[in-house]
Amino acid sequence: MAEEVIKLGKKKQSTLKDEIAKLLPDGGNLDLCLTCGACSSGCPATGIRDMDPRKLLRMASLGMDEELERNPWVWMCSMCQRCIYVCPMKIDIPQLVYNLRSRWPREERPKGILGSCDMALRHDTCSAMGASEEDFQFVVEDVLAEVRDTQPPFKDMEAPIDKMDADYVLNQNSREPVTEPDEMVPLWKILHIVGANWTYASKGWAAENYCMFLADTDAWKHIVEVKAKAVDDLNAKYWLNTE
Amino acid sequence: MRKSLGDWAAEELRFVVKAVVGEENFVDMTPNRSNNYCCGGGGGYLQTPYTEERHKYGEMKLNQILNTGAQYCIAPCHNCHSQIHDLSEHFEAGYHTVHLWTLIALSLGILGENERTYLGPELQEVNIPEWEK
Repeated sequence: MAEEVIKLGKKKQSTLKDEIAKLLPDGGNLDLCLTCGACSSGCPATGIRDMDPRKLLRMASLGMDEELERNPWVWMCSMCQRCIYVCPMKIDIPQLVYNLRSRWPREERPKGILGSCDMALRHDTCSAMGASEEDFQFVVEDVLAEVRDTQPPFKDMEAPIDKMDADYVLNQNSREPVTEPDEMVPLWKILHIVGANWTYASKGWAAENYCMFLADTDAWKHIVEVKAKAVDDLNAKYWLNTE
Repeated sequence: MRKSLGDWAAEELRFVVKAVVGEENFVDMTPNRSNNYCCGGGGGYLQTPYTEERHKYGEMKLNQILNTGAQYCIAPCHNCHSQIHDLSEHFEAGYHTVHLWTLIALSLGILGENERTYLGPELQEVNIPEWEK
């Protein structure tokens, strides 16, 4: 009898195959993919760059990690999750896409997404367009003042920032304050006439989160935490995110 | 919202849309609800350099919209709005892309003249607020 436990080789390296095994439902194995192709037949990204969701999953399950590393198709799938919806086995292919995205060296991921994520990390506003708390406040107050002056039924309308104890904290996509501020007004008007008790938050007001698309999990989490904390700090009941 | 809450959430928005534009002016696209297709604006697509692929992806949504024969497509979020608007321009499809808030405010007679950027010419003069006449 051996005196010591026999150890076989090195610790097994985590492969893509192991990663997707965890994505399969109820601790199942890769055989659960029926290869039916329902995912691919209803996927708008099917055929782009000679790839489709079924092929991606099969390649991963066959251990073709190298062929999948840095395959740009993972940026041409929008991770919409329709493939999960139609999959008889509910296999999470978008999560596989996310994991493949995260394997790209950060600096080599698409510049637009990378830049938007990094910009959002610069301010507590989380704005992918880099708008600061002061920028946002200025635009909101400026647009509101004009509406109050020129549209009499809305002379008392408010667009509060950091109001405590409101029912709703509303996020705003950066594109509106930065590029088309008048587009904020219809929503304010609707909230005004229904008598909603709402507010913006100076921190975390920006609705978008490109760090999620960048597959930078830590940064994604950070952005969500900043926004959630702002809602908590204002003691609001609901968080409304329009994205 | 539909993906996290379920189809009932989408039904509530159908109620709003029909109330705003009139039942006879609402056309569902096919397939719809949870079987609908993504437009291709999300997931960061609009921020990638893969414009040609994004347009190819969006053709499925473009054809769904064209098959309805509707002049307006209501987009639920900013990414969708940008993509669906861009598809119309790129493929010269001729439909307009609007946010739901625009149509709600229009139907209430409170949509100001600076807030009509995405309306087509046929709706520019419709329901002008009293104070702007």
